[in-house]
Amino acid sequence: MPRMSMIEAIRDALDVSMGRDDNVVIFGEDVGYFGGVFRCTQGLQQKYGKERAFDTPISELGIVGTAIGMAAYGLRPCVEVQFADYVYPAYDQIVSEAARLRYRSNGGFTCPIVIRMPTGGGIFGGQTHSQSPEALFTHVSGLKTVVPSNPVDAKGLLIASIEDPDPVIFLEPKRLYNGPFDGHHERPVTAWSKHPLGEVPAGHYTVPLGKAAVRREGSDVTVLAYGTMVHVAEAAADEVGVEAEVIDLRTLIPYDLETITASVNKTGRCVIVHEATLTSGFGAELAALVQEHCFYHLEAPIARVTGWDTPYPHAQEWDYFPGPGRVGRAIREVMEA
Amino acid sequence: MDDRAPLRFHVPEPEFRPGDTPDFSNVPIPKAGSVRRPEIDADPESIRDLAFSIIRVLNRKGEAVGPWAGFLTDEELLEGLRHMMLLRTFDKRMLTAQRQGKTSFYMQHMGEEAVSCAFRKALEPGDMNFPTYRQAGLLIAGGYPMVDMMNQIYSNEADPLKGRQLPVMYSSKEYGFFSISGNLGTQFVQAVGWAMASAIKKDTRIAVGWIGDGSTAESDFHAALVFASTYKAPVVLNIVNNQWAISTFQGIARGGSGTFAARGLGFGIPALRVDGNDYLAVHAVAKWAVERARRNLGPTLIEHVTYRVGAHSTSDDPSAYRPKTESDAWPLGDPVLRLKNHLIVRGVWSEERHRQAEAEINDTVISAQKEAERHGTLHSGGKPSARDMFEGVFETMPPHLRRQRQQAGV
Repeated sequence: MPRMSMIEAIRDALDVSMGRDDNVVIFGEDVGYFGGVFRCTQGLQQKYGKERAFDTPISELGIVGTAIGMAAYGLRPCVEVQFADYVYPAYDQIVSEAARLRYRSNGGFTCPIVIRMPTGGGIFGGQTHSQSPEALFTHVSGLKTVVPSNPVDAKGLLIASIEDPDPVIFLEPKRLYNGPFDGHHERPVTAWSKHPLGEVPAGHYTVPLGKAAVRREGSDVTVLAYGTMVHVAEAAADEVGVEAEVIDLRTLIPYDLETITASVNKTGRCVIVHEATLTSGFGAELAALVQEHCFYHLEAPIARVTGWDTPYPHAQEWDYFPGPGRVGRAIREVMEA
Repeated sequence: MDDRAPLRFHVPEPEFRPGDTPDFSNVPIPKAGSVRRPEIDADPESIRDLAFSIIRVLNRKGEAVGPWAGFLTDEELLEGLRHMMLLRTFDKRMLTAQRQGKTSFYMQHMGEEAVSCAFRKALEPGDMNFPTYRQAGLLIAGGYPMVDMMNQIYSNEADPLKGRQLPVMYSSKEYGFFSISGNLGTQFVQAVGWAMASAIKKDTRIAVGWIGDGSTAESDFHAALVFASTYKAPVVLNIVNNQWAISTFQGIARGGSGTFAARGLGFGIPALRVDGNDYLAVHAVAKWAVERARRNLGPTLIEHVTYRVGAHSTSDDPSAYRPKTESDAWPLGDPVLRLKNHLIVRGVWSEERHRQAEAEINDTVISAQKEAERHGTLHSGGKPSARDMFEGVFETMPPHLRRQRQQAGV
């Protein structure tokens, strides 16, 4: 089986989708000739032509707004916003237009678009290249929000997103592009080529939206995570020597309530981890769901480990980032409660 | 001592406020027939002057004159008059229905009927409009069933949009009418995207964007012009300058720019201003721009100069911010009256026939209204089910919405 980085897996998903369906077009800033600042679209303009892979003016509003018009025409645009931190000029188009088009037109017009964005921190990107804005999308009815944590999922989820009949926000944890980062920034990162989840099947396959994955089974405590934090959670559990069940949500909306509740009902304990700021983060929704559906099985208060409610700092990156030390402490506290 | 004068902050003001006597004699209105008609493939650089003039066909005597005249037959003009009269009567009935509590909200077209009615006749089946809330003439002139418009306004059991949208936010793919958002300006850049898609697929259909004078200040307007210009998209971009954005006069959005049309020049997009109250002029300019788009000559920006005679919506009272007599003083006249007079001058219409047509149109609209009301109005009779509220958020209802529908007990 081919081994791929997450960048290669995403590129392969785009390649497979463009090869299968002429209506799939990709565009965004630096996406065409150069192949994207993270190289996710490299070679696709050469392969599919300028009409299906092209550069755009620096206008996220324009990128998403034209994608919506194209989708209404019948295309399946998969656009790139260079960093999730830059998506805000397009927010009205996403929230008021893409998300509601099917509903408000009673299905007369639909919006099968995918908006890809590198998300999250860990690269010393400061406040403009590190944010995790997923909760701004999960709060909006009509959007699906996907966050892969590894190459094999990234490819299958991206193909599923492109084939989905509704708009999908596809957040790519940029710290995972080249290898599984567990938060130990002081250590070298192993490449995906040495990781089993870097084995990516060739050709077409999908990972269905709305299905979580149990990354490791355990009976002591459930850790709910997505994106980079899946790897941090696994490392933290190892380091504190707790039998943690680590669940990789993969899709935030629709979320996989069955997998979440089955796990928490089994372990009776729950730690929720995300990079994004704490207050009104997606972890708050998860905590509420666990409380609503697992209350009588809970043996300890639910804990959240997240980014602080500050802008994403530069020099203080590793004080901000919820690394394995903080996650491990939370796991221990929940076990001792 | 600092001898520099203090900086001054400038806030534009309209010339006339309530109590003033409006006088538009200083507004330059070119004579009908005086503006040239360039070749379809004219270089935008060579027609920059058209962004600062006003293309007009009908003169004060009701004659069609100049190079933009002569594109419509008697039958087409009679049909155009009928469409505008239908729209005006429809508006009148729906305004009254709103006041009677049969719906929550309405927006009328008084004074602007020619813009959407005439433009629609320059399009072909399959072309797609991305309208604002004041282009219902696109539906009326496109033959969309009036009963369905009323069903939408009443949010009744036959509402094609199942009660999900504010009144007048129609949507019909079949009739080339993109779903109206209600958020301003968003559709302008979507029209460009639709046009880009049509070009990508080597189609022959074109897109048409619509925006108001006030909403040109939105970033969506600028993004639309950049993308249309960069990709030479087959799109016609219309600004309907009806002088007022709710209570805000057009000078607040226009700023130091001479005209709204002139905004196109910096993007290398041909820009034309047209008398929006002149059915023949709107149609001729629309034809010119549509053909340009269809012949791969790229986008055109059109400013329709008109006047919003009525209130912005049923929630607005214009007497609070502009003189009551301002619409009478507006120099471009009434589009229905002007076309009527032209048809009389042409010898194909008369006062008598006009009165008959008014009565017949009134009956048509009343009968449509009766039919619609059999399906219910906002607060009485048949209405969309609460269950419908949960449908159509996604193609397939996700589990969390299913659970919420169960909780709602519907």
